[in-house]
Amino acid sequence: MWQITREDLESIAIGAGILGTGGGGNPYLGKLTLLSLLEEGYQVEVVDLDTLADDALVTEVGMMGAPTVGVEKLPHGAEPRWAVEALEGYMGRPLDAILCAEIGGSNSIQPLVAGALTGKPVLDGDSMGRAFPELQMSTHCIAGVPPVPAVLVDEKNNRVIFSAITDPSTLERYARDLCVLMGCTAELAMGVMTGAQVKRSAVRHTLSLARRLGDAVRAARAAKEPMADAVLAVTGGSELFSGKLVDVQRRTVAGFARGELVVEGAGQYRRQWLQVAFQNENLVAWAGDDRGQRGRVVCSVPDLICIVESETGEPITTEQLRYGLRVTVLGIPCSDKLRTPAALAVVGPAAFGYPEVHFVPMPKVAGVGIE
Amino acid sequence: MRIGIDVGGTNTDAVLMDGRTVVGWAKSPTTLDVSSGITGVLAKLLFETGVAPSAIAAVMLGTTHFTNAVVERRSLSRTAVVRVGLPATGALRPFVDWPKDLVEAIGGVSYLVHGGYEFDGRPIAALDEAEVRAAARQIRAAGIDCVAVSAVFSPVNTDQEIQVAALLADEIPGVRVSLSHEIGRIGLLERENAAAMNACLVHLAERIVNSFRRALQELGISAPFFISQNDGTLMSAEFVEKYPVLTFASGPTNSMRGAAFLSGVKDGVVVDIGGTTSDVGVLVNGFPRDASVAVRVGGVRTNFRMPDVFSFGLGGGSHVQSDPLQIGPRSVGYEITRRALVFGGSDLTASDVAVAAGLADIGDRSRVAHLDPAFVAAAVARMTEMIEASIDRMKSAAGDVPVILVGGGTLLVGDRLNGVSELHRPEHAAVANAIGAAIAQVGGEVDRVFSLDATPRAQALVQAKEEAAQRVLREGALPESVEIVEVEEIPLAYLPGNAVRIRVKAVGALALE
Repeated sequence: MWQITREDLESIAIGAGILGTGGGGNPYLGKLTLLSLLEEGYQVEVVDLDTLADDALVTEVGMMGAPTVGVEKLPHGAEPRWAVEALEGYMGRPLDAILCAEIGGSNSIQPLVAGALTGKPVLDGDSMGRAFPELQMSTHCIAGVPPVPAVLVDEKNNRVIFSAITDPSTLERYARDLCVLMGCTAELAMGVMTGAQVKRSAVRHTLSLARRLGDAVRAARAAKEPMADAVLAVTGGSELFSGKLVDVQRRTVAGFARGELVVEGAGQYRRQWLQVAFQNENLVAWAGDDRGQRGRVVCSVPDLICIVESETGEPITTEQLRYGLRVTVLGIPCSDKLRTPAALAVVGPAAFGYPEVHFVPMPKVAGVGIE
Repeated sequence: MRIGIDVGGTNTDAVLMDGRTVVGWAKSPTTLDVSSGITGVLAKLLFETGVAPSAIAAVMLGTTHFTNAVVERRSLSRTAVVRVGLPATGALRPFVDWPKDLVEAIGGVSYLVHGGYEFDGRPIAALDEAEVRAAARQIRAAGIDCVAVSAVFSPVNTDQEIQVAALLADEIPGVRVSLSHEIGRIGLLERENAAAMNACLVHLAERIVNSFRRALQELGISAPFFISQNDGTLMSAEFVEKYPVLTFASGPTNSMRGAAFLSGVKDGVVVDIGGTTSDVGVLVNGFPRDASVAVRVGGVRTNFRMPDVFSFGLGGGSHVQSDPLQIGPRSVGYEITRRALVFGGSDLTASDVAVAAGLADIGDRSRVAHLDPAFVAAAVARMTEMIEASIDRMKSAAGDVPVILVGGGTLLVGDRLNGVSELHRPEHAAVANAIGAAIAQVGGEVDRVFSLDATPRAQALVQAKEEAAQRVLREGALPESVEIVEVEEIPLAYLPGNAVRIRVKAVGALALE
């Protein structure tokens, strides 16, 4: 159990940026919100999943919507509390703890804000172990835990409760349309899960992993050591490629920014090319000795492909990609819970439109990285 | 004829232009009061060219005065922010994430009222007149007369910000109101920050503009004068009094615009090599490419257009060390004329290497004759690599690009650079900033989110272009000269495909008598 400090928050935001694997939204505004709350005396307590009783009730809290709108129409501030209260009202009993839905990107901070406002502990874990674009891409949904009751709340405290749904993908579709009506940003509390279910299906220790990752990056920065090495040491990942970004192609498909980039190898990768396909987050990386051809797959979803600026080690989001950047591409092994056949059906390459790509898991180091 | 003036940290430069011809130029040291330095350099320029003050049709001025005031926290007025957005936006108050000393320096107080718009223009809440008036009365009671107004999605719909301005004017006699939609882009905090910084500079702007005006009157110049904005277009003196913040970072912009003008290159890379550092920027259609990320000014995050500039530590005064070979980032800077070997000093600088290699002929070349030719060749090769790498980094696509060299350190560069299609070293490059200021163009920009369910894409584009063109005309452009120079379409991520952000920029030639 630990109390979130200002320093923790700085580190978690950095770690979450890396685990965002190119997408997930910027944690900056969430970080500022929580910093203000901490200054006002609010506290956030993070607890291990094992402290949770089997019959405890838990919900996931996060934001849904377009980051471009999120930076303009800032929240009222109470939405996370309203969302939790709505589910408690529906259940007729209080909830016991908050879970993070998505440790990658801006949704890493939302559950901490909810914890501060409700006084409920936040569990050290999440349902993705990275960032994903859609809500059914969650270890709980994959395990068959129903995502309802769920509630979508806007800044006017309009609440819409989903009490039953055929499947998580249908909830994703309905919620996203409702989110547009609510002005393209909304707070989502999804599922009321039992302690037993969460202990079985959550990806454990990802909040402390994000913090450790951020700590390591900040220490490397201060010591002027390579940040990429710090990231690899904490995540158990490996360097996939390094070179110059020479091409970025973007197109929009059904509201998602899809595209591909090409990196020309430098140093030990000279005369090689890396292609990366992305849809908000990075999806598949191919390396080969022919620029025009996709070579062999070196990493793919659900493993994490993280592109950092070679010189500074700063993660580069898919929106920031442009010709001329010197980049190092890192591969980070994902959670074991995303590597089962049932999970790969939802978050594997085929689920993102690459049925020809066979997922080959990156090797893991025992006791290191995402569990 | 037109006069361009650049008030820099060290020198005030002035250039007299007739159409596209540089008639003459003058330099003199920048003075503490700014205006006497301007009077000095203008008197020199008019005397040397023999041109009568009555022949001047317009004066254009570039200045870093307002940026420096914020950075140094001086001459700032007490400022209030009225944000229009409740029940949204309460999570983060105005001035959040500002340096504490700056908030104290401007006594920042803030009020949140109901209102604002959704991304598609629907109101979040109706404006509550009584609520705005109550806030205004408190601001007046506190003795504050500089107010910034920021409404959610005001770039989509400006009505509520304008209504609030009218209510403030009604309640607070003589109030100066800064409206966020006139200043920044989508991104509430950053736009509001820029508006608040503007508000705290308004009184200073009125004083500065007046002192410029007096300086011109003393010389008998009755022509209108304009000040350059950070996007390379001009604003009238009256507009600067309202929106001084738009002058931030106009220095590098003017330098790049001047380089484009002098070389005739509209698309290419500008390398400005100074004494300590080099700045590399990209010209797109004659204008600097924007930095797309948030930029901090005086410690405050803002999102208004800033030129995308990459700086690295190579200049004419850079220290050169052998074994291992190391060039910069340390430099003798402005002391080069005393400390470099060729000028009788004892520091080996990049300029000394250039002289030894025969690239330049300055100072006493016998003083570098002892340098090992192999070492000189290696040092020149390293400098060339540094410049080539910086150009390559800033290019927007593969392939060779035209490069324009400006600044005092251009002598470091030989005749050929890899990745460069043509190398320009324009005449008068030493006063590129002042020339950039004198290019008489005005601009207008539209940055809005369109719901494509309500407006088809083609119609949205036409609408945005027409609005941008209208804005240019309002700035005083010749109607036949108006052109669209930039169109950017950004689909909103994580949403079904029906909302897109469109940004259009138009420019036109200023109509001068």
